[in-house]
Amino acid sequence: MMVQHDLVIIGGGSAGMAAAVSCYDHGVHDILILERSPYLGGILNQCIHNGFGLHEFKEELTGPEFLSRFVDQVEERHIAYKLGANVLSITKDKQVTYVSKSDGYVTIQAKAIIMAAGCYERNAGAIGIPGERPAGVITAGQAQLYLNQHGYLVGKRVFILGSGDIGLIMARRMKLEGAEVLGVAELMPYNNGLNRNIQQCLLDYNIPLYLSHTVSKIIGHGKLEAIEISQVDECFKPIPGSEKRFEVDTLMLSIGLVPNNDLLDKIGIKKGRSRGSEVNQFNETEVEGIFSCGNVLHVHDLVDYVVDEARVAGASAARYIQGELPHCEHPIEVIAGDGIGYVVPGKIDLENADDVIAFKFRVRKPSKNVYIVYSQGGVELKKTLKLAIIPSEMEIQRIPKNLLKIDQGPVTVSLVAKEA
Amino acid sequence: MKDVIIIGGGVIGAFVARNLSRYKVDALVIEKENDVGDVTSMANSAIVHSGYDPVPGTKKAYFNVKGNAMFDDVARELDVSMQRVGSLTVALEESQLKLLHELQERGTQNGVKTVLLSAEEVKAMEPNISPEVKGALLCPSAGIVNPFTLTAHAMENATDNGIQIALDEKVVSIAKKDGYYEIQTNKNVYQAKMVINCAGCYSEEIAKMVEPISWSITPRKGQYYVLDHYAPGLVNHVLFPLPSEKGKGILVTMTTSGNYLVGPSSEFTDSKEDHSTDALTLEDVKRQASLMVPHIPFNEQIRTFAGLRATPSTHDFIIEPSKVDPYFIHCAGIESPGLVSSPAIGEYVVEELVQPLMKFKKNPDYNPCIKPYIKMTKLSEAERDAFLKEHPDYADIICNCEKISRGEIDDCLSRSLPCLTIKAVKKRTRAGFGKCQGGFCQPKVLLEVARVSGKSPLEVLYDQDGSEILLKESK
Repeated sequence: MMVQHDLVIIGGGSAGMAAAVSCYDHGVHDILILERSPYLGGILNQCIHNGFGLHEFKEELTGPEFLSRFVDQVEERHIAYKLGANVLSITKDKQVTYVSKSDGYVTIQAKAIIMAAGCYERNAGAIGIPGERPAGVITAGQAQLYLNQHGYLVGKRVFILGSGDIGLIMARRMKLEGAEVLGVAELMPYNNGLNRNIQQCLLDYNIPLYLSHTVSKIIGHGKLEAIEISQVDECFKPIPGSEKRFEVDTLMLSIGLVPNNDLLDKIGIKKGRSRGSEVNQFNETEVEGIFSCGNVLHVHDLVDYVVDEARVAGASAARYIQGELPHCEHPIEVIAGDGIGYVVPGKIDLENADDVIAFKFRVRKPSKNVYIVYSQGGVELKKTLKLAIIPSEMEIQRIPKNLLKIDQGPVTVSLVAKEA
Repeated sequence: MKDVIIIGGGVIGAFVARNLSRYKVDALVIEKENDVGDVTSMANSAIVHSGYDPVPGTKKAYFNVKGNAMFDDVARELDVSMQRVGSLTVALEESQLKLLHELQERGTQNGVKTVLLSAEEVKAMEPNISPEVKGALLCPSAGIVNPFTLTAHAMENATDNGIQIALDEKVVSIAKKDGYYEIQTNKNVYQAKMVINCAGCYSEEIAKMVEPISWSITPRKGQYYVLDHYAPGLVNHVLFPLPSEKGKGILVTMTTSGNYLVGPSSEFTDSKEDHSTDALTLEDVKRQASLMVPHIPFNEQIRTFAGLRATPSTHDFIIEPSKVDPYFIHCAGIESPGLVSSPAIGEYVVEELVQPLMKFKKNPDYNPCIKPYIKMTKLSEAERDAFLKEHPDYADIICNCEKISRGEIDDCLSRSLPCLTIKAVKKRTRAGFGKCQGGFCQPKVLLEVARVSGKSPLEVLYDQDGSEILLKESK
């Protein structure tokens, strides 16, 4: 079956819904959101803790509360969505094929597509933790899903690998359910979560944090029996002799999120360093009319920033459909320089940019007393002093357009130590 | 009193059972794990070897070549993915070229066609091969196969045709009585006229229950990397280095599901229960594989695993009746090329070792084919739309990474061969084999297994006994 829509949005979570609302409010109403779960809202459905919406609504909401505000906005505008719809493929000609129980296989010819498919959790297989492969090794999000959505506890003696936020949140959650949380191991010499989570989830509960440690062995054949953690050296290799053993039935992994970008990767759309697709300041990929936003573009720490970004993507898609989104043959490249992990956008259409361009980036490691430097053609354009900056908190800096030059080559964002 | 008891439900036990089911028999497979093919049969290189490598005149050579020729029929009848992609045994040094000639000669003696290729020819076929390549031996008859469905579907065919199976049951002792054997498991006592020992790494222990033996089985571990569905074309054949006394070496191959497999290592281990990987050996696998294919995208790794080979002290398959009684048959030491040999071993054991003694009557209802598993991607658009109208659950995608539907999962759960665990569903459908490794789909698979089996979700096992995923209901 083949149908037409102006805009197809892949993913009905926070990004997808905010993009849909924004596109609608910019005058394009023929929108279809394709959501694979039986409900809208994405991952926030399982995040029953609060802390969402501080920027967006000036309130501290739980995940479900936050997402329901956007569901209301979608419903008020009668924006169409399909639940239980799993997108199988996209083409560069903007054909989207999905399958659902109610509709069977459907191919949609869209004028524009917004990719808002979120991310998945890095897991034990990806890092190849040595040892056996028993039941009991689980990602934090999976444990959260079992607990918050299905009402099941996965274990009672837990060790957590990775000081990312999800692990910290689940450490507290498991403790509240009566489990023992024996510790958190973090590969880096610094923690990876939001500072408030370190305080509220670990320190407040006396859960020890082992920095510069990793899980070096998983022990147990059918079911997890124990783990060993080891201190690591500067190359992150376990130091022999430093093993500590913990008798646990659950190893919970919180080792990072990865954009769920297969649909665009498979058709060869250029990737950025964030592991999502490379986009310009309109959130448009190298294919005109295909946009990306939210965690599928780059992993965010605050959903408030996700919806901001999604609104840009939605507005851009509307303009594109209306024939009003400019297209630039030779955009300026943006390069992540020294000390910077990635920068979004990866390209800038300077001629048609707004007066201010938002640069979003993460540093590679925690740094104190450093400058964030923007340079072009070897010339420094702007620098900002940061007293402290960490990888787990994404930076957004708004740079005046007139600082950048159209003919001076790529813009590099880098970290430079402040001279004493 | 059973006619035959088969001890071990791996790929060998499965093909012995399948061949037995051509006849009217009262036969039982006893398998200690919760699923068939749950040890060595699920942790190997999944290669349909061509058969140039085994020493001519050995059982390995005989069964490898015979089995290889059977695989087109096996794949078709048992609905198993198999592709004859061919293999390249690669020489990276001038001094190795002589060995390639020797391997070709060995292949000729075994009845296997091979072609010697120059460095340029290899580079044309394999753009990602090391620039150091000096030549290679091409074996067009080699292939790759889905080892999980090979075992499961062969056993399903056996149970369809009347063979019984007991899972999660372990043989504890065997006593020879007058004209039969008494087999004590941890759950039951059985009697059988004939016993076939297909117990993998434990075939030595099983054999010793009946007779003193001159051979032993030492577990030899192999560790692997699995890479995600990378862009096709990293390698176009199964790539081998030159073999050594440690075995065929570390290969780089695609799998029937579009993943890549790098490995195995080869190290003896003390325990038959040690399936652990270790960092040093995995690093070495990486290093050696990279000699052959320098830019393997290891950042696309989605899993590492280890399997145990049942390595016999005799260096050859032990497929023969016991010395004390022809009604006790050993199929032991089935290390590589065991997988490719399995259909031939099954046929030989039944036709040459069992039938002459037991003289079973043919099973008039024997059907060599299983009911195919519907794969949406293989149907035309019209067929697909019609099928979905009748079976909407095939549109309900449960595993996002591999696009596996509830309908496919329910189909596995409903066949004559029991499918009891999350791992069993994973092996048959691929749900959970993708890059999120079950992160999103495991809860759905767990609940589906619970729903169909009538168990509480708390009882659903991942794989072995004691591997329940869920501990208790939350507060």
